[in-house]
Amino acid sequence: MKAGIVRFPGSNCDEDAYHAVADVLGQEAVYLWHKDHDLQGVDLVILPGGFSYGDYLRAGAIARFSPIMQEVVQHAKRGGLVLGICNGFQIACEAGLLPGALLRNDTLRFVSAPVSLRVESIATAFTSQYHLGQVVSIPVAHGDGRYTADGDTLARLEGEGHVVFRYVTGEGEATTSANPNGSLRNIAGIVSAEGNVLGMMPHPERALETALGSTDGLPLFRSILESMLGGVPA
Amino acid sequence: MTRFRCAIHIVPRRGILDPQGKAVADALHSLGFGAVGDVRVGRYVVVDTDAASADAARASVTAMCEKLLANPVTEDFEIASVEQA
Repeated sequence: MKAGIVRFPGSNCDEDAYHAVADVLGQEAVYLWHKDHDLQGVDLVILPGGFSYGDYLRAGAIARFSPIMQEVVQHAKRGGLVLGICNGFQIACEAGLLPGALLRNDTLRFVSAPVSLRVESIATAFTSQYHLGQVVSIPVAHGDGRYTADGDTLARLEGEGHVVFRYVTGEGEATTSANPNGSLRNIAGIVSAEGNVLGMMPHPERALETALGSTDGLPLFRSILESMLGGVPA
Repeated sequence: MTRFRCAIHIVPRRGILDPQGKAVADALHSLGFGAVGDVRVGRYVVVDTDAASADAARASVTAMCEKLLANPVTEDFEIASVEQA
């Protein structure tokens, strides 16, 4: 598998994503410059966390018009895998690859902490190596992570099984207190209607090694690898 | 072509929780402005652009709002003024 990590001005989790693919998964990884028009033949595009273009105007709003994003949108339209993490999730929503938008946390505070997530779907190329309903610990670090969409969109996401991760207590309950940012329905991650674009606010690439406190992000990257090897259709 | 100065207000859509607006409303209440109800905090953008007419300038900034300046999922925009710069 070959993964491309897009570097926007202000990306700051690009090296973590590179480390995840190259060192932990042992797969080929390349950086993709935001001004380029070439995806270098990658199978997976990672839109990493950070503050692209300083998050001026709105988080992800300017990055969405980067030259490389035209290629990323085409890649997604062809069924290619795209993983948007944190700022990458915001960019994917702004680009129309995923429905909805990410707003300022309802607490108005930047939240940086491990959170518990419940895996709501394992029928995706990103989650096949988890168990349905599994509660995992993965860190969040964001100020604008409040997922919002209109009622029809939410109903469709829920009805079609496109909500992939939800903020829960350690016991797996989706309570208000377990929600770090006020996301509607405790939504932490969603997948596109075609299943090939995943956006999530938590950082699975920061939960791959015991030294970091959790290895619960590992099944996500292993799922992607598995789907590349033909195990799970994208 | 004439240069026009276009002022745009962008505010969170009604029905969407605006925590900034709520924090400001709470602060106004604590300052004694008890008559204050809802407060919404948005963005004010001024764009200078060349156009053949004021109407053309307005149409152009409307397109800018729809494409980039406002997010239609969460924000409403209003072109407050279009004046010759």
